Amino acid sequence: MLHPNMKHFLFLATSLAVTVLPTANLHAKVWTAPLDQIAEVGPEGAGNAEAAEAWAELTGQGSEIIIPVLEAMESAGPLARNWMRSAVETVFEKDLAASADLPTDALRIFLLDRNNEPNARRLAFDLYHRVTPNDANAIVPGFIDDPSPGLRREAVARLIDEGQNLFNQERKEESITTLTSALEAAREVDQIDEIAKLLREKLDQKVDLPRQFGFLMYWDLIAPFDNTDRGGFDLAYPPEESIDLDGSYPDKEGKEISWQAYSTSDDYGMVDFNKPFSPLKQVVGYAYTEFNSEKARSAQLRLGCKNAWKIWLNGELVFGRDEYHRGIRIDQYILPVHLNEGKNTLLVKACQNEQEQDWTVQWQFQLRVTDETGTAILSTDRKPTPDANESARRRGE
Amino acid sequence: MKITHLILCALLFSITAKADWLNFRGPSASGYDPDAAGVPSELSDATLAWKISLPGRGLGSAITVGDKVLVTAASGPDQKQLHVLCFNAADGSPVWERRFWATGRTMSHKKTCVAAPTPASDGERVYAFYSSNDVICLDLDGNLLWLRGLTLDYPNASNSLGMSSSPLVAGETLVVQVENDSESFAAGLDKINGINKWKLDRPKAANWTSPTILNVEGEEVVALQSSKGVLGVVPDTGSELFNFGSGASTIPSSAPAGDSLYIPSGGLTAITVKTDGSEPIKLWNESAQRPGTSSPLVIDDKVFVINNAGVLNCANRETGERLWRIRLERSDKSATPVGSFSGSPVAGADGLIYLFSEAGVGLVVDVSGEEGKILSEIELGETILSTASLDNGAVYIRSDGHLWRFGK
Repeated sequence: MLHPNMKHFLFLATSLAVTVLPTANLHAKVWTAPLDQIAEVGPEGAGNAEAAEAWAELTGQGSEIIIPVLEAMESAGPLARNWMRSAVETVFEKDLAASADLPTDALRIFLLDRNNEPNARRLAFDLYHRVTPNDANAIVPGFIDDPSPGLRREAVARLIDEGQNLFNQERKEESITTLTSALEAAREVDQIDEIAKLLREKLDQKVDLPRQFGFLMYWDLIAPFDNTDRGGFDLAYPPEESIDLDGSYPDKEGKEISWQAYSTSDDYGMVDFNKPFSPLKQVVGYAYTEFNSEKARSAQLRLGCKNAWKIWLNGELVFGRDEYHRGIRIDQYILPVHLNEGKNTLLVKACQNEQEQDWTVQWQFQLRVTDETGTAILSTDRKPTPDANESARRRGE
Repeated sequence: MKITHLILCALLFSITAKADWLNFRGPSASGYDPDAAGVPSELSDATLAWKISLPGRGLGSAITVGDKVLVTAASGPDQKQLHVLCFNAADGSPVWERRFWATGRTMSHKKTCVAAPTPASDGERVYAFYSSNDVICLDLDGNLLWLRGLTLDYPNASNSLGMSSSPLVAGETLVVQVENDSESFAAGLDKINGINKWKLDRPKAANWTSPTILNVEGEEVVALQSSKGVLGVVPDTGSELFNFGSGASTIPSSAPAGDSLYIPSGGLTAITVKTDGSEPIKLWNESAQRPGTSSPLVIDDKVFVINNAGVLNCANRETGERLWRIRLERSDKSATPVGSFSGSPVAGADGLIYLFSEAGVGLVVDVSGEEGKILSEIELGETILSTASLDNGAVYIRSDGHLWRFGK
């Protein structure tokens, strides 16, 4: 069901669209050619010179170009979007300084249309806020379920403040309700952490952070293969050839090793090879799990790892990186992928190097599956988050 | 009468002529600008010209071009919003600002940030570079000339602790070092359109140092420092001119002075180079002259190093022999201690050294005598990790939140 505020916004957007958009379309030819030119910027600087000419042509126009350029961001790559953003802001600043007419209503329509490109909508909101801050602030609550992370963040921040204020006024139940709504809506790590801390530490509430984030908690692990002189990163050990959870293989010392069931209860889904295998150096470990998707869809694998790593989805290498001990955080690497309907297999390779400093002990990773906005996608057979004292079990057990 | 006029005009020109500070550590990335005259010897409220707020974090220095001061910043929850800011040098008023979305990774250690590199200029354009490996070229009026997203082109070129190497312009080439544990490279980009003129594989090791310029027999040679040593290349082609292979620090950068380079290597090592492909000549090595995070500085016949204990060492440039050393400390022992340094020392025509500590203490040190003497101290009340920039009559320093100009 739509929030009452949202109904109001959609009505406004629809009625304004009827009155404003046809005017904008009359001037399409002024910007079509330069926008097409900018859209062609490619790798390694290709198209820069032509884009600079197009940018000059665009910014020589008035604010009538703002909406068409924002619309063009939908199909543009990240570099072209930056060219377009800069053109929009340059024209906006110029016309604002000259007290020229700005397309305020059209900006509002654009930013309220959830089908538009998320970054472009956030930019439109910022421009709208510059012109009419009170009106912009008034529409923020409607962003609470917005697909644009930048806009949703504003609404979540409001709810966090509200929940905190209610707590300060000793209105505990209302504070819990508000912060629970904020947690449900939040997609960005710092906000989720802030809300969880308030709920847990001040309001004595349970928060299932792994589920909120969508971390994968149940794995099968096998280790230690050899990574002497960091050579294991490029070596394909048996798990890279095929997955046989009943198979056994020689480890770096020649001893037979086999897959072990593993589960983590860590709030941030940390899969810690040091726990089952003890801290080791110059070794390679593999972690395998399965993820059931409700449908075939685009998704993102979001990995945090301070060891060298590789990751495969359904047997295909997605990405790999040979950096050791430079830091780890949630969503450190965001990897676009396509999930099959039903079963998908995930294999993570985590390499530990030779460094002996105390900050190089970690041999671990964390992985979650999300959509493009950072919203967790949960496996259709996701099991409850393990308790801290629960013994390891396989995914299906 | 006419002659008098001419003399007056010449005098006026010499006083007002700008000594632009075009990149990290100024001319040749050396930290020393003998043309920067009239830099105030006192840092105080009396000499503070202006202080302005910045919209995001950053530890790259400001640069100056003509009557403009340019600085970068990054803002937002993950520092994904990149800013290039231009201010009027006279009063700090904003001239223009451009914003972009980071296209590369923005993760860094919390002490550093995405706007860690100092921008560079060729006097006509500004080149902003970030830890996300975005390169932005604008003219001095803020018109966008070209963009590169080096992480889009080279996806494993990043460092999870953050990158900080500052670019510089040599001839017609913008030189960037994108050196890390994985996809490690240095590149020469055409300064007009941003296209690769050359790209060199570099040692696979994290490296936070910045390129410097040597002047060898009238030719500019770019020195690329890494854990393996220093590689000298022709800026236009990337061709190797010399290779110092004895290893070097990955944090403080070298100090160039003409055809000599003072390298943080085994303490401090001085070399001189030629363009005939011959091995660089080692002049001296002094293990006691070991820089901390700050880069060394050469002024005329002296070389200066700040060590990790906050001691300023002065050595004979020809021999490496220590001449004197002083602990950089406050005259009032109850005042905020100077502490450690992330930024590097810089000097202008008067030969005074300007340096700011992490605790936000700014110092002016007179190094002309038998030993160093602290002339001026100021507490800025904010963490300062950046290096000062100089201009005629001015010192600029920035924090995450502010940019100051001393010198009215």
